[in-house]
Amino acid sequence: MSDPTRRTAAELADALASGETSSVELTRAHLDRIAAVDGDVHAFLQVDAEGALAAARASDERRAAGTPASVLDGVPIAVKDVLATEGLPTTCGSRILEGWVPPYDATVVARLRQAGLPILGKTNMDEFAMGSSTEHSAYGPTHNPWDLSRIPGGSGGGSAAAVAAFEAPLAIGTDTGGSIRQPGAVTGTVGVKPTYGGVSRYGLVSLANSLDQAGPVTRTVLDAALLHEVVGGHDPLDSTSIDQPLPALVEAARQGASGDLSGVRLGVVKELTGEGYQAGVQQRFDEAVQLLVGAGAEVVEVSCPTFVHALATYYLILPAEASSNLARFDAMRYGLRVYPDGVDAPSAEEVMRATRDVGFGDEVKRRIILGTYALSSGYYDAYYGQAQKVRTLVGRDFATAFEKADVLLSPTAPTTAFKIGEKVDDPLAMYLNDLATIPANLAGVPGISVPSGLADEDGLPTGLQVLAPATADDRVYRIGAAAERLLLEKWGGPLLDRAPDLAGASA
Amino acid sequence: MPDITREEVAHLADLARIDLSDAELDHLAPQLAVILDSIASISEVAAEDVPPTSHPLPLTNVFREDVHRPGLTAEQALSGAPAVEEQRFAVPRILGEEG
Repeated sequence: MSDPTRRTAAELADALASGETSSVELTRAHLDRIAAVDGDVHAFLQVDAEGALAAARASDERRAAGTPASVLDGVPIAVKDVLATEGLPTTCGSRILEGWVPPYDATVVARLRQAGLPILGKTNMDEFAMGSSTEHSAYGPTHNPWDLSRIPGGSGGGSAAAVAAFEAPLAIGTDTGGSIRQPGAVTGTVGVKPTYGGVSRYGLVSLANSLDQAGPVTRTVLDAALLHEVVGGHDPLDSTSIDQPLPALVEAARQGASGDLSGVRLGVVKELTGEGYQAGVQQRFDEAVQLLVGAGAEVVEVSCPTFVHALATYYLILPAEASSNLARFDAMRYGLRVYPDGVDAPSAEEVMRATRDVGFGDEVKRRIILGTYALSSGYYDAYYGQAQKVRTLVGRDFATAFEKADVLLSPTAPTTAFKIGEKVDDPLAMYLNDLATIPANLAGVPGISVPSGLADEDGLPTGLQVLAPATADDRVYRIGAAAERLLLEKWGGPLLDRAPDLAGASA
Repeated sequence: MPDITREEVAHLADLARIDLSDAELDHLAPQLAVILDSIASISEVAAEDVPPTSHPLPLTNVFREDVHRPGLTAEQALSGAPAVEEQRFAVPRILGEEG
């Protein structure tokens, strides 16, 4: 078959079903591609060739016996290094978990294995998912396949870069404030943050429990829907998991791809456009909205006045939750243990302090200290308590907006990919990358980012974000797939066809 | 306007059980002051009567059946431990010298 790394997961699934190819062949092709380009991209922290090929052989046996475990049985995948993988190191991009091998699988990982998807390896990320550029990984940054001197977004830059560089057809990411969608936007790929509770958090190392959500990272909307149906749905091991069936996501993606949006009401969020958004990002967004209108949709402008406070709200709630979650890294039961210099018979507390100083990077320390501050007596009501109230107002803004519109639209990220190093020591500038993605996490609603084109000023990818009400994930797939089809027709082929051929560059 | 001094950052790091060197304190304290300044606006946004949201989808009383189910074995639970002794986590002393 033609180069399997360039094909979509849906096409690969068909090729496996028809016997045109085997999972071993596909998995080898992707491992070869990783070997060829990952020295430049650094999307992976760990590649598990042996495990992936063993899973591929088992998949081929099931296919030969006529008993595939799922539609995607045999299609390889990459997994963000924040999900526990039994037998495969899980570091969360942190020194404190260097070499840690979990004794159990996250539910998402268990479902991937049950469905027969060979796991190629673990992808790079900002340490404990704190960041928007993957530069806060303790193991070095991931590079954007469109321009290796630029960031691939974060925190899931590894997963997005892996699919953008054709190292994997599918990947899993996690999105706490935009960590699936923003990397999707800046790498020209597709990322979905499901409804909070739609995909199990069991075995997902917590950053902020009330915001974290795992989801698909892919090159097409249909591939995301196929993957979402594999990993999503109720899990009794996660008490915040929604106990009801997923909507028909693949069907919604197929319906959207028909390109007919008659009767669909699109809301453009006034507070998430205009000022603060790069001209080329805004331009591609406006054009995408016009294409959707051409397909029969109506557009209304909606106002969500509290969204201007969403970023501040998030940077109180997230550090508060993170500072208590990361208390578990105490050098006692797993992970790094460092003994302080020059102390005879140090106490457990002294070992803890020394370990956490060496094991955590700057951004993690900043957020732990900020969270400790926000939760301190005397400040709790003024900061954390207020942030929880504003969170209610953000939810109300969404509810009001969804009375006027079926979905809400905005650019996914305010800018295209910036240069590695440009914002790494300027926390506020870094935080602004998640301006448009954070409100969805605060309210728990689903969102997708699909490529909307390349900005004129720098030729780099831009993203269109579609948000829907909680549990209406099918709507983001329908509208996302419609936008994808209309834009593909306009471009005459996938956006990623215009990205540099990395294998040629490094040879 | 909130302000956070170098001493306060040192105290918070102490509460969070992180040894910060002088150089780290010099670096982090001004950054934290800038972040706090930018999020201070929040204190005037919500009226008294707005209820707080701790969780995006309100679920209460999520129970499972009270039945036995397998967990990790001792070997599995100890597999990532920095130090192990007699099937237990071996930890540095937790009491003072006089204890």
